[in-house]
This record gives sequence, C-alpha cells and structure tokens, in this order.
Amino acid sequence: MTGTVTSAPQAHPQDAAIEPVGVGFVAGTIPFSVVDGPGNRFTIFLQGCNFDCVACHNPQTIPSAEGAHFARTVDEVLAGVRRAAPFLSGVTVSGGEATQQPGFVLALFRAIKADPTLGRLTCFIDSNGACPPAVWSTLDPVLGGAMIDLKCLDPEIHRSMTGEPNDEVLASIRQLQAMGKLYEVRLLLLAGVNDDPELLRRTGEWLAAIDPHMRLKVIGFRDHGARPHDPPLVAPTSEQREAAADLLAATPGAAFDICLI
Amino acid sequence: MNELVSRATDLVRDGELSYDQKLRRLAILATEALPYPEISAACQEALEKRVICDMYEGHAPYTARYILPDYEKAVRQGLGWLEMEPPEDLDDALAFLLVMYANVPSVTTYPVYLGDLDKVLAPFVTDDLSDAELDRKLRRFWIQIDRIVPDAFAHLDLGPHDSRITRSILRVERSLCQAVPNITLKVHPQITPDDLIEDAVNTVFHNGKPHFVNHPMMVGDHGEQYASVSCYNSLKIGGGSHTLVRINLKEVALRHQGDIDSFLATTLPHYVELTAELTEARIRSLVEQQRFYDTHWLATEGLISLDRFSAMFGIFGLAECVNLLTQYEGREGRYGHDADANALAVRVVERVAELVAARPMPYCEGGGGRCYLHSQSGIDIDHEVTAGTRIPVGDEPGMLDHITTCAPHHHLFASGISDIFHVDETAMRNPRAMVDIIRGGFASGMRDFTFNLDSNEFIRITGYLVRKSDVMNVNEHRGTRHGSDYLAAGAENSYHLTQRAVKRVRANELSPK
Repeated sequence: MTGTVTSAPQAHPQDAAIEPVGVGFVAGTIPFSVVDGPGNRFTIFLQGCNFDCVACHNPQTIPSAEGAHFARTVDEVLAGVRRAAPFLSGVTVSGGEATQQPGFVLALFRAIKADPTLGRLTCFIDSNGACPPAVWSTLDPVLGGAMIDLKCLDPEIHRSMTGEPNDEVLASIRQLQAMGKLYEVRLLLLAGVNDDPELLRRTGEWLAAIDPHMRLKVIGFRDHGARPHDPPLVAPTSEQREAAADLLAATPGAAFDICLI
Repeated sequence: MNELVSRATDLVRDGELSYDQKLRRLAILATEALPYPEISAACQEALEKRVICDMYEGHAPYTARYILPDYEKAVRQGLGWLEMEPPEDLDDALAFLLVMYANVPSVTTYPVYLGDLDKVLAPFVTDDLSDAELDRKLRRFWIQIDRIVPDAFAHLDLGPHDSRITRSILRVERSLCQAVPNITLKVHPQITPDDLIEDAVNTVFHNGKPHFVNHPMMVGDHGEQYASVSCYNSLKIGGGSHTLVRINLKEVALRHQGDIDSFLATTLPHYVELTAELTEARIRSLVEQQRFYDTHWLATEGLISLDRFSAMFGIFGLAECVNLLTQYEGREGRYGHDADANALAVRVVERVAELVAARPMPYCEGGGGRCYLHSQSGIDIDHEVTAGTRIPVGDEPGMLDHITTCAPHHHLFASGISDIFHVDETAMRNPRAMVDIIRGGFASGMRDFTFNLDSNEFIRITGYLVRKSDVMNVNEHRGTRHGSDYLAAGAENSYHLTQRAVKRVRANELSPK
C-alpha cells in the first residue's frame, strides 16, 4: 500500500500548472455549517464529482454540469460569505468534488485571503482525495486544512464502492499530512462492505503510520439521500459503529482523536 | 366579594398546589380586592381590553417588580435587619447569601437576582482551596438555592472575566442539571476568552444555561454595575425596575384604520401614552402610597437606592402588528421573511423608542428619568400573539436571516430583548461553532443571545427554564415544587414553544441550495 500516484482521472492534467479561474460550477451554498471543519463555516458545494459512490448522499451533485445554471463568479460567492463573515471561523469547499475545480478554488481562496475583512477566515476543503499532488501544492499557501474521505484502504473494495482506484486518495492523505494541512480523515462505514475487522485493523495501522494522533471521523452510512442499490446498502447498527471505532482506537501505537457519528 | 370568596376557597382546597404556592396566590388575590391606582377612563378601557397589560402584578404594588441588591456591598458591610456579620470565609459567605435570598422580595416573592457570584464570592476563594473542594461547596449551595428559591426567575450573573468560581459553577451546573438558578454570562469580545464561552456553550448543551449578553452594549446603557435578571431583564445593580407595563402592538394595529404613517403619527402614540399613564400610576402607588423605598431594609441599609430604579416599558406582538399594517396597505409581507416587513418592524420599534424617550417618568432616575424599553417575552395567558419582537414560533427563517432580522432592534432595548435560537444536536460535536455565532451576534449588534438544543430536557419558556418532565407533572395533575412550572405549562399550551423551528446549522447534504 504505497499510494503510487497514477494519471489524473479527468479534468486536470497532472503536470499542468493550475491557474486561477474566476467562474465555478456551484451546486449550492449554506451560510452556517457546524459539520464541515472547525467552528462555524460557510460551505460551498461544487457541482461535479470524479467518483460515483454507491453511498453518495447527494448524487445530484455528481454529474459535471458546466452549464449557466451552476455558473457562479468568485465575487458572487464572496457576497454570500461577506454577509455571514462575522459569524464564521472559515469557509469550506465541498462537493461534488472540490478538487475537480482547482482553479476556481484557488481563485476563491486567494480572494478571501486578499480581502482585509475576510482574510482571517480559514479556507478548508472537504474532498475525496482523488486528485494529483499539484492541486494540494498549488493551494498550499491559501489552504487552512483538508478533510479527506477514505472510502476503503483495499483498492478492490474501493473500486467497487466508488468506481475508481484509491491510490490518489492515499497519496493525498500522505501529502497533506506532510504539508501539515490534514485536518481530518473520514471513514464511511458500509455494513458488510468495508467494515471487516481485519480491514479496519490494517486501516488503523496505515493511518497511524502517517500520524498516530490523526483526527478520524467515523461515519456510519445512513440511507437518506442515497440512490437505491441492488443488493440494498446496509447502515451499520450503533453496536457495529462502536465496534469499528473501538477497533481503530485499539491500533497499536496510535492515539487517534476519534469522532463517531 | 362573592367572587373573591369563591376563588380563595378554590385555592385553599386545591389538591395540587403546595402550601407556599397557595399562600402566595392568596396574597395576590387579596391585593386584587384593593382599589386600583387612579387612571383615566381611556387607560382603564385599554387595560380591560388588554391592549395594555399590567402583568397582573396586583392592584396595590408593595414591592418593586425586580430588585437587584448590591450583594458585593452586603458581604462587605453585613446585614443589620437580619443580624448577619460580614462573612469571613467561603462557608460564611454561602450561608450569608442563602439567608439574604430568603429575604429579598420581588413580584414573584422570590429574588430574581442572586448576584454576580464570581465577583461576590471572589474575596472568599483563596488559593489554598482546591477546585474539588470549591465544586463540593458550590454543589451543596446550588442544591440549597433550588430547594429554597424554587423559581426559575431567580438569576445570577457571571463574567466577562474568567475565574475559578465561574468554571466551578459551570461544572456544578453540568453535574446537577437543575432549572434553578438561571444564569447569564456577560461576554466582552476582548476580555472573555473563547475557551470560557466554549465551556458555557457545553453547559447549554447539558441544561440550557447560560444566557449570553453583550457586555459593552450593556455597560453603555447601564454602566459597569448592571446585571441580567429574571427573563433577560438587564437592570442596574443596587436598583431595578418598579414595574413592567406592556403594550400589545397587535391589538394597537387592530384598532388602527389607515396607512402606516398615520399609525406611527397618531394611533401608536395614543396607546404608548396610555401605557405610560398606567406605568406612572403604578410607580406612584408603590413609591408614594406603599412607600416601599422608605421602609424596606434593603433600602434603609443602602443595598438598593431609589435613584438606581426605573420602570420597564414592554412591547410585544410586533410580528402581528407589522403583518397587519402591511396588509392595510394592500401589500404582502411577513415579518422575518420579507425585507420591507423587516424594515417596517424597525420603524415601529424606533418610533416606540422615540416616544418612550420623550415621556418623563417620576422616580426613574436609573433610566435618566425615562422608562427602559423592553421586548417583553410573553406570559402564560397570551394567545395568538408573538412574544416581544420575535418572529412567530415555528416560522423562523434560517439562523443567519433570523439574526439579521432581530439584531437591528437590540440596541433599542436597554432592559433586554430575547430571541431564542434552537439548534440541532450536531452542534454538540462542534461547540466552537456556537462560540463563533455568539461572537458574530454581538459583533452584529445583538444585546442578548440564547440558544437551546432541540432535544434537551430543558426548555426556555419566555426566558426562564423548566424541565419538560416538570411541565408534564403539571399537565397530568401531579403537582411540582417550582412555581414557574405552572406558568410554563400555560405558556406551552399558548405558544407551542416546543415547536420552535430548529436551526439547520448542519450541512444540508440532501439538497444543498
């Protein structure tokens, strides 16, 4: 499990420089969110995702719909942020997949940091981690932190859950930790799919090797919003969720900061 | 007389009320047999139609409604009337305060102010006292307060500075989860640390306390010596409020014919003056006839002084008033959801503030010779009218819109205003988010900020707290030892307060918009 980086799935060639882009494709925004990073945050959901997760809670944001309907300028988004700014710790770009529009995220974060009234806000990304390293290195100067979903450590199960391999995800987690920008790793538990005890043990060890004090959010799948699936996806029971969290907590040498949802 | 006899008979034979609860209700009944202070026929009619309301304080007020004794002074000088020497250590001080609480009157007969306890107790908490010992002593004291002062209007204040006592009180609060005492944390943006506000937020998640106030705004209106008491009533320490008379803006709007300008020019001033007339009559009765301030030991020992008192001018039903006025002009518009309606609401409140500021009031030096404006958060018998300047329960917009609708009113209400925000329990995992929102609220001009967890056993009624289980005891005729629970049961039936719109401060992942 070395996390070799392969070519980018789409949209952004790996080696091309990322330039700021003034227009993004935005599925929606909410002025107050308490679940998208530290403190109260303005959250921007971008439209379009490079994964097609079976358990996605907002599948309507998956198609890349680069139409006028979703187009928003940086200034338009900033107008919303300004109104909420006195109440915020920061801004989080989520999705869809935030890193699919790195130029827009770069332009937005730069504009926030350059604005004297908004500069104190931290800029976070909530991502599936499937992007080339250039995205993180380019955003680094304006990035406060990132929350990365790790759907599964096992590449085959990951592919069955998302339609894509996980090597970029693993590489992103390593890279962000090395940059000091890994805020949290999120583990979505799907009963009977990615909650095998041995798999969770290996996951804990892999994560502990990167940072034994990592902040982990363990999220039990809930079926509201998700598309119907055959066979049906199963939400873990609270006992199963707790057992998974206990397994991760018992990782040798680790002292994870675990939040179980 | 027959009615009096029959009501008294019902009271003494009531199977649920406690002895003390009967005694206090009988006293109210007795003053209702006395003549009402002299008022004009127009004022009398407005009172009978409940366009204006005297809060059923009784016909012959013989105590100020809200009294804020100077407890810091009391522990320095001792109490002559009660034969208490100044305390020498923490045990002395806690016993001293309990004795005092049992002897401080108010409209509820219980004290509505228990002191700024971090400051009152500071001289007695020495370095050799461990935190564990401090917690143990305060815990015992807390249980005594709740049993001796069984009334959720009893209120103490903390902050804006952090202290060991403050932290201990918050720990005790979380461990006991009592409805009494109610608590306010004074927040100063530079002085109060995030960490203390976060500790307080976590306490709210346990038991709905404390309430938060904007310290610099309060100091601007009242000076450093102020406290928030009862249901968000901010008043001067060493003073208080003689009375509270309130005006039902919905009823005023219902009596108006014509456009908004004529409402503001004629109808509203007419009823504001009738409210002021009633206030003045009640103040004169208390001060000149019953001579409360000449005779009560708190006054004769200098723990309160008349020149630090004023009276509260309450308004309520703003939402219905604004919606009616908008309808009269043939427009659509709903307070809390429409920019024009929100702007009209500010105009109405500013007009009331202007009229109150222009009306001299006797014995109100505490307010510069004027009443304090107050957004009155309702009583148990109100029906189909929204408390204070709030947005109707269940109709509240998202939290940011809710705050920006309410905030422009706050600076006008020196003696307090409350808008209660309900948040869902995802906030519990991120208390710092509530710290951000509280700080943002104050930076945006809010004076008072209070929030509840929608799943909490504790609910705020108009400002005071009750346990849902105690209200159930009233509804199911099992009785309860807190007098405020009876008011809460009535208010819940009138206001449906448990149906307040829960603020969605989590990511709405199902339908981001």
